[in-house]
Amino acid sequence: MEINFRHDVDAVLAEAREQRKPVLLDFSAAPM
Amino acid sequence: MWPDPRVVKFVNENFIPARVHVKDDSALFQKYGEKYSAQWTPTVLALDPDGVERHRIEGFLPNDDFLAQLMLGSAQIAFAQQEWGEAERRFREIVDTLPDTDAAPEALYWAGVAPYKGTHDGSSLKATARAFKERYQDTTWAKKASVWG
Repeated sequence: MEINFRHDVDAVLAEAREQRKPVLLDFSAAPM
Repeated sequence: MWPDPRVVKFVNENFIPARVHVKDDSALFQKYGEKYSAQWTPTVLALDPDGVERHRIEGFLPNDDFLAQLMLGSAQIAFAQQEWGEAERRFREIVDTLPDTDAAPEALYWAGVAPYKGTHDGSSLKATARAFKERYQDTTWAKKASVWG
C-alpha cells in the first residue's frame, strides 16, 4: 500500500472544496 | 516517514494527498510555495476543505512523531470547523496512542479546549490543568494550561 500523491494541485483543491475533504500538501525535494 | 504503513493508512483515509516537487514540478512549487509560504523541504501542510492551512510540519520527523503531527492536523481541521466532539476525539487519540511524541502535550491541551468551546463549561479546562500536573509537566503546553487550575 502506498500514497498516491497527485500533482494536479489546482484540481485537488477544487475537489476538496466540492467533496468537503481535507488536503495534505507535500512540498518535497526527495527523489521521485 | 511516508512508507510507514500507519502513515499511509492515515493519509489515505483522511486526506486527498498532493505533492509538489521542487524540481519536477518547479512551476507548481513556485506557485504554491508562494501561496503557502513554503520555503523549505520537506514541508507538509494540512489544509481544510477550503484550502486554508490548519497545520504545518517542516523538516524530517521519525515515524511516530510524523504520524502524530498528521493526526494533530486532522484534529485541528475538525476544530476549525467547530466540530468540537470530533476534534476532542482526534486530539485524545494522539495522547492515547502516541503519548511519547512532541504532539501529545499539544493534543492534550486542545482536547481540553474543544469541549469548552462547545459548552462553555470550564470543567474540561480544569481537568486538563490537573492532567498536566501528572504528565508533560515540563512542556510549554503545561504552562499554558496552568492558568486553568
